[in-house]
Amino acid sequence: MRKLLLWVPLMVFALFAGVLLRGLIAPESGTISSKMVGKAVPDFTLPAAIASHPGLSSADLKSGKPVLLNIFASWCLPCATEAPILLELEKQGVEIHAIAIRDKPEDVVAFLRQHGDPYARIGSDVSSQVQISLGSSGVPESFVIDGKGIVRMQHLGDIRAEDVPKILAALKAAE
Amino acid sequence: MMIRGLILLILAGLSAPVLADSRMDAAPYAYVQLKDPAKERQAKELMATIRCLVCQGQSIADSDAEMAGDMRSLIRERIEKGEKPEAIRAWLVERYGDWVTYAPPTRGSSLVLWGLPLVLLMFGTGLAMSRIRRKAR
Repeated sequence: MRKLLLWVPLMVFALFAGVLLRGLIAPESGTISSKMVGKAVPDFTLPAAIASHPGLSSADLKSGKPVLLNIFASWCLPCATEAPILLELEKQGVEIHAIAIRDKPEDVVAFLRQHGDPYARIGSDVSSQVQISLGSSGVPESFVIDGKGIVRMQHLGDIRAEDVPKILAALKAAE
Repeated sequence: MMIRGLILLILAGLSAPVLADSRMDAAPYAYVQLKDPAKERQAKELMATIRCLVCQGQSIADSDAEMAGDMRSLIRERIEKGEKPEAIRAWLVERYGDWVTYAPPTRGSSLVLWGLPLVLLMFGTGLAMSRIRRKAR
């Protein structure tokens, strides 16, 4: 028993070294997920980003029907990559609202003309304030929000073809 | 040939890297201090302990990232309105988790962090003392 006890410090040290080594070899992923999942969307009202679409407020996210909220920007390259996927989702009947981050109306118009327009409403968030209140840390990001305005899922980064089933399932579960 | 190389080198030095940045101006209080020095000091102190989301490892006070500027502006505007720094910190932690602050709240897990060295030190001292005593005998 005493002999065994002598090994304890070495074992604790090995555990400690292991934890440190793991941190060195596989550092934390750089993306920070929102802690708002499961909570209600904070109150906000954003003006229209472009003339052809209405702006977006938190009330629009409590319509009784689950929606996809897409955080994007015309100056963001992965946002252009995910545009065809969003169009496909819209074709499948998903209601998609957007928040344009730090964007100028003419840039948003040009972006939508080039990459297609899946959005019902687009709010303009010129200094990322609503983005921060949602716990979002970059563009693009998407949130699945249920009919009562509760955030059900966050997708970090661009939505790829392989993510579509997951998004559709989350929207279905939010009904 | 030499000259061509030199020109290329100079041009490469002059070119700006392509960053994913917007064409918008910085948020109102990203680089502007508050008029009231006491409030500005509160804001500064808070900003130095909030982690930048896109340039992890830097505080938002140290970062030139647009998002860090937007967060500085958010903090200054709220402090200007009379909000307490700790309330703003709690608001951010609610959204991004303990990760976002360099001064995380004390929880059970941090008790282990602070307590374990003490426990180990006591254990080690005890072990050493019993050995020394045995040798002395």
